[in-house]
Amino acid sequence: MADNDHTKEIQESVRTAAASGTALFVHGGNTKAFYGRAITGKSLDVRAHRGIVSYEPTELVVSARAGTPLTELEAALNECGQMLPFEPPHFGEAATLGGAVSCGLSGPARPYAGSVRDFVLGVVCVNGQGERLSFGGQVMKNVAGYDISRLMVGAMGTLGVLLEISLKVLPRPVHETTLALPMDAASAISTMNAWASQPLPVSASCYDGEVLRVRLSGSESGVRSAQQKIGGEQAQDGHAFWTDLRELQLPFFRNDAPLWRISVPATTPAPDNNEPWLLDWGGAQRWLVSARDARAIRKDASAAGGHAVLFRGGDRSGEVFHPLAPTLETIHRRLKEAFDPKGILNPGRLYKEW
Amino acid sequence: MSDLASQTQPVKQADKQAVAAALREVLPPEAVLYDEEDVRPYECDGLSAYRKLPMIVVLPDTVAQVQHVMRVCNERKVPVVARGAGTGLSGGALPHPEGVLLSLAKFNRILEIDTANCIARVQPGVRNLAISQAVATNKLYYAPDPSSQIACSIGGNVAENAGGVHCLKYGLTVHNIQSLDVVTIDGELVKIGGNGLDSPGYDLLALMTGSEGMLGVIVEVTVKLLPQPEAVQLVLAAFDDIENAGNAVAQIIAAGIIPAGLEMMDNPAIRATEDFVHANYPVDAAGILLCEVDGTAEEVAEQIKRVEKVLGNCGATEIRKARDEQERLLFWSGRKAAFPAVGRISPDYYCIDGTIPRRSLAEVLAKIAVLSKEYGLRVPNVFHAGDGNLHPLILYDANHPGELERTEDLAGKILELCIAVGGTITGEHGVGVEKINQMCLQFDKAELTQFHAVKAAFDPQGLLNPGKAVPTLHRCAEFGAMHVHGGKLPHPDIPRF
Ligand SMILES: Cc1cc2nc3c(=O)[nH]c(=O)nc-3n(C[C@H](O)[C@H](O)[C@H](O)COP(=O)(O)OP(=O)(O)OC[C@H]3O[C@@H](n4cnc5c(N)ncnc54)[C@H](O)[C@@H]3O)c2cc1C
Repeated sequence: MADNDHTKEIQESVRTAAASGTALFVHGGNTKAFYGRAITGKSLDVRAHRGIVSYEPTELVVSARAGTPLTELEAALNECGQMLPFEPPHFGEAATLGGAVSCGLSGPARPYAGSVRDFVLGVVCVNGQGERLSFGGQVMKNVAGYDISRLMVGAMGTLGVLLEISLKVLPRPVHETTLALPMDAASAISTMNAWASQPLPVSASCYDGEVLRVRLSGSESGVRSAQQKIGGEQAQDGHAFWTDLRELQLPFFRNDAPLWRISVPATTPAPDNNEPWLLDWGGAQRWLVSARDARAIRKDASAAGGHAVLFRGGDRSGEVFHPLAPTLETIHRRLKEAFDPKGILNPGRLYKEW
Repeated sequence: MSDLASQTQPVKQADKQAVAAALREVLPPEAVLYDEEDVRPYECDGLSAYRKLPMIVVLPDTVAQVQHVMRVCNERKVPVVARGAGTGLSGGALPHPEGVLLSLAKFNRILEIDTANCIARVQPGVRNLAISQAVATNKLYYAPDPSSQIACSIGGNVAENAGGVHCLKYGLTVHNIQSLDVVTIDGELVKIGGNGLDSPGYDLLALMTGSEGMLGVIVEVTVKLLPQPEAVQLVLAAFDDIENAGNAVAQIIAAGIIPAGLEMMDNPAIRATEDFVHANYPVDAAGILLCEVDGTAEEVAEQIKRVEKVLGNCGATEIRKARDEQERLLFWSGRKAAFPAVGRISPDYYCIDGTIPRRSLAEVLAKIAVLSKEYGLRVPNVFHAGDGNLHPLILYDANHPGELERTEDLAGKILELCIAVGGTITGEHGVGVEKINQMCLQFDKAELTQFHAVKAAFDPQGLLNPGKAVPTLHRCAEFGAMHVHGGKLPHPDIPRF
């Protein structure tokens, strides 16, 4: 698959851009182009750099090039009874591994299984000077050098162009079921919190304003006994529901108004205004459809100890991510400079000024 | 260790009094030590082969005092080395002779236990085990459990990204913390991470974890707590061939089981620990596997059956299920006491921490055995088999001239072996001063340069723990030259610098 290795070309593109100070717009399938700040720049398409480089199921590790389509990767894992435990959202057929890791988004399993960064073991990337760098590796534990692999997750391509990513994978659960329990918001939040502090095989939980849905995953006997403890009705649309939630395809998300993602402690009380909202991640991730002023939304999120992201729609030229405290902002700028001194990698995608 | 001194502009000894006086402007006099007998206890960490007396030791007990220490040191360009419990095994907390050793021993309070959100807010000097003990009545626990957990501090755990026997299923420190309060070298207090499951901007929480005190001083940690599993079961399996044991590890995982713990010990390690704790281990086995499964009662019962079957198929000569909680703890006690047990059969031992892909286990163990013969040094092995994290323990006697040097040489060879099979020189103990040369083999010039640039983003003057974790290119050039002479360079094609 040597022809799928485009390391040299990508390095060359970055070097040329660095020499002329040309901003690059680094991307894969563009399925997440709506996310982050809108930027302009010369396209650096990494899709040709693709393919699974190594996969050994008994090592629980897969390494693939950044341009590998997520569907291709997931199909290969599925064949061996394994999966990406963080359930990355695709947002379209063309989604690539590199895009999923750069955006750092995780699906409904996140509070129980972990996030994309929790499963990243190593990356190969090209920094803003066109140097090919390899960090971490393909082993479970590795503390040699700073953890730059995980730093790349969610950096939106501002620190380096990802070439290859090694991930920890896990066996797919033998059995899965979804239960539905109708209740009010306050009960839903306290119920999800109570489950989280008990040894139950919960792998997702979501409240849509009327019904609390919970997914149980594990051995058949384990799931069955948990089912008895939790009660509720078995939901017929189980699997499809979680996929639609992950892909933001539920009716709730079919809306053109600005969509906010609010990340707060799971115990935060439900919003008491009339705006449409939906609770995922056991209450720790809240979707809000609101045209309200960004400052007001952020103020509420901050007051709860969390942050708010203008996930989709709204003004993409303003700040879409939560502003950073001044000291943190300084560290961020310096880090950006450390990886990309010319400021050519997706400048402004994360924050306006850099 | 010439780098240690040459990295920063050293303060002249005469400045000691002036620095101490500046520190005392905010710290009480008894929290600023510099007489030799007072600073002597801080001369080394768990890697006692390396010792240095610090210029000054400070024992602050408030965040404001830590901020003051940092400001004083930053203004005067004095190196700062943070120290938790000093159990580190790579010399990470080794003092700097012209620097301040900042002990976090007084930061030993659990500040808040929030059972609804399953988190605890603790000071960095809190001992790892103390957290699980404090939340046990709530049926919660803190998952990472290094063998040193009765002594090591949570701040040190974060700084090293410590692991334990339950990491395969529950992750390392990086997976089990939610936020940190960090004091930067210029004395600013920053919160990294947040109260939710993620936070805006770069993942500095991951970057800080395992950064060995090079980027900032951790003054508060919010850890995640997990519900205690409903049921736990441990199986001990004996093998007359290490290769079979290694294969059993792969087969358990191939069967779709992720054990809570999966540990291996070889014969010399079995014998040493059995003499020490009387765990009733089969002392004639070539190796034993300890496989723990946890979850709901039904799940555990089901999985244990499958584990036993796999172990049998892989040629286990004996399979014992712990009869009760007492026997489970007894089986674990041997593994957890492996280091002190080995300490009893040898005047000194040197612990290695390489991680390898599991498939290379048998090959690497065989090669270690050959090296052990070649060097005439015994090397019992205990390791986190599920994670492929090896802990060969080289037995030596520092009183025999040249034996420490031979030991270090052998350790270097074993680490190079780990790199050669696609692994890493350190899984959980950190680079510190100990593995700084091997960093030159694992990373190339551009990568090391990138590490230095990351460090500079936090610490432009290079005052935090100078000379540790990331070697200078100059040092690598010297090391590379040395090795070419030995003719044993693993990747001769890699350019040296
Ligand atoms: C018998 C024995 C068994 C062990 N078993 C394991 C094991 O199973 N798994 C494992 O991972 N490790 C193990 N270790 C190694 C050691 O216990 C861990 O590395 C531990 O995390 C160190 O914690 P500490 O508080 O002792 O840190 P120290 O040794 O004091 O310091 C370690 C490093 O952290 C830095 N540091 C400490 N506190 C802070 C802070 N607040 N802010 C910034 N930097 C700081 C120091 O500068 C230094 O670089 C073992 C050690 C021994 C002696």
